[in-house]
Amino acid sequence: MSIESISLSGRKKLVSNKEMTFWERMYLIAIVKGLIITIQHLFTRKVTIQYPEQVREMSPVYRGQHQLKRDEQGRENCTACGLCALSCPAEAITMKAEERRADEKNLYREEKYASIYEINMLRCIFCGLCEEACPKDAIYLTTSKVLVPSSYEREDFIFGKDKLVMPLDIAMQNAQLKNAN
Amino acid sequence: MDSTIIIEKSVIIVAVFALTMLMAMYSTWAERKVAAWLQDRVGPNRAGPFGLFQPLADGLKLFSKEEFEPNTPNRFLFFVGPAIAMSTALMTSAVIPWGDRLHLFGRDILLQATDLNIGLLYFFGVVSVGVYGIMIGGWASNNKFSLIGAVRAASQMVSYEIAMGLSIIALLMMTGTLSLREISMQQAGMNWNIFYQPLSFIIFLICAFAEANRTPFDLAECETELIGGYHTEYSSMKMGFYLFAEYANMFISSTILAVLFFGGYNYPGMSWAVENWGVNIANVLGFGALFIKLCGFIFFFMWVRWTIPRFRYDQLMHLGWRILIPLAIVNIIITGTVILRADIAAYFGF
Amino acid sequence: MSTVLIIFCVLAAITLATAFLTIFSRNPIHSAIYLVICFFSIAGHYLLLNAQFLAIVHVIVYSGAIMILFLFTIMLMNLNEEREVHRPRITRVGAIVSFCLICLVLIAIFINSKPIVGEYVTTGEDYQSIKVLGKILLNEYMVPFEFVSILLLVAMIGTVLLSKKEKLQK
Repeated sequence: MSIESISLSGRKKLVSNKEMTFWERMYLIAIVKGLIITIQHLFTRKVTIQYPEQVREMSPVYRGQHQLKRDEQGRENCTACGLCALSCPAEAITMKAEERRADEKNLYREEKYASIYEINMLRCIFCGLCEEACPKDAIYLTTSKVLVPSSYEREDFIFGKDKLVMPLDIAMQNAQLKNAN
Repeated sequence: MDSTIIIEKSVIIVAVFALTMLMAMYSTWAERKVAAWLQDRVGPNRAGPFGLFQPLADGLKLFSKEEFEPNTPNRFLFFVGPAIAMSTALMTSAVIPWGDRLHLFGRDILLQATDLNIGLLYFFGVVSVGVYGIMIGGWASNNKFSLIGAVRAASQMVSYEIAMGLSIIALLMMTGTLSLREISMQQAGMNWNIFYQPLSFIIFLICAFAEANRTPFDLAECETELIGGYHTEYSSMKMGFYLFAEYANMFISSTILAVLFFGGYNYPGMSWAVENWGVNIANVLGFGALFIKLCGFIFFFMWVRWTIPRFRYDQLMHLGWRILIPLAIVNIIITGTVILRADIAAYFGF
Repeated sequence: MSTVLIIFCVLAAITLATAFLTIFSRNPIHSAIYLVICFFSIAGHYLLLNAQFLAIVHVIVYSGAIMILFLFTIMLMNLNEEREVHRPRITRVGAIVSFCLICLVLIAIFINSKPIVGEYVTTGEDYQSIKVLGKILLNEYMVPFEFVSILLLVAMIGTVLLSKKEKLQK
């Protein structure tokens, strides 16, 4: 099989530079053909999504705003190991670790926790490497289903734990669902 | 002069003026709607039902925009440019016959601002002057892109005016008059000129696209090469005037096309309607027929805009000088031969 | 004063003023625009004489085509005031002398010429109509009309030849 006859798509067309006939050079037929093609689009279905009323469906693997997970008892998973910050190609994550005190056992699962956990959303490229790196299943981009909102100030894009950690009531709901199953 | 004539004429002039403005306004809306539909979109639909208030919103926006002024050598000419473009665009509608006549208050009222003996030439004259608005504005902007746009517009207008005029000569040889009213009246009863002069119609149509600066001949303002062409430096309502003038020109070109080639206000069965329903109803219907025809042409202008890409400049000049003008001359010769043959046949009696 | 006379005076004033401004303005674009206004006022004069056809043709040909080409070339040439040619004084003196001579000749002609005595003949035909105009041009004034067309043809061929020749020399 020669290279000339191979066609993967089955639509291969050889480019020719042959001289056009008189009728082709008039372009009248070509113009009419084009007009017919455009007028056909007048009657096709419109693809517009009327945004504020209709929202485009998100893919199940859509990576949106990060969420720091809690377990079934409502304790934070994160142990501030720093692997997410290490794996982050955009260096968007910073954190500060602290030792868990005895009375905080119901708040944090591990003995060490992140007292400060910040992601700069302007630097983040939503690649999901932090999620892959996390050994404690603590950070997820796919569960929040939230787009990072816009803002006027740069400071507003540094998200702390107040915005990142999964709210308690959702954690409780998750636990109930799991028990029900 | 009779004072009733003055009142009658001023009412017609105001009505025609309002119609031109309204059509120009809603052409902007229609342009966006048609563009959207041809591209599988919906188009403006937020301001009012079907986005019908969009032109008002656009006008409000243009009025409230900041008025920017470049470092121009001549401020006066910078202001005069859009004014000329606008006024010439509005002047043309004076000679168009919108209908035959109405019989109101015991007198015949011609539905036309003025029945000039040389109405068609008046149209050509005003159109040829219209390019001054673009040229002066483009020059006074003190900007290379604007200047190039202005120069392009000027040479394009001058070249295509010749082909336009020549294409019309063949038609005039048939009609024997320059008055648009008489041309309309001769086409009564499906006797439309398009059936006798198809070549003339095609040449005139192409030239109308060029004269109205519409795609595929919008080289004077092509965004990709010249930013905005002659109106690069304009903002606020001065810019609005240029856009408005373009749409008014498109409206007038469509009307002239409908009047010259598609029978004007005539529609099949008009004489029957005059006999059975009376003059007034028949002529209101006639105005409706003309309106439908010209809306069809406006739609065609928009349809072509989203079909054919812009010409290169040398292609434009090649088309104008080396194809359209010889074609128009050939058309004149053919028409002349046919008329002469008919005359000779009538003279010798065969 | 009748309305027509007032309009005539205004138009004449505009014509003369813009004609002078055409000569005196330093900016070539401005002088071209003054010339355009001058042409328009001349078209107005034609309208006053009830010659609609001439007026419109004047607008189409002079304002609509020739002056646009003028403006076109001026814009492309980018003339600046600094590059204005300074002519020697003797040519200025020569220009003034020749102007005075022409004035003398013209005044002499005007004084000696006699006004047309007699009535205007009214034929009852509508001379605004292009039909009548065309018939007169092609019957009574057939020969001058054809001469004009030959003159234009010769000029056109000459232009084409000139532009071709330059290309050959390159």
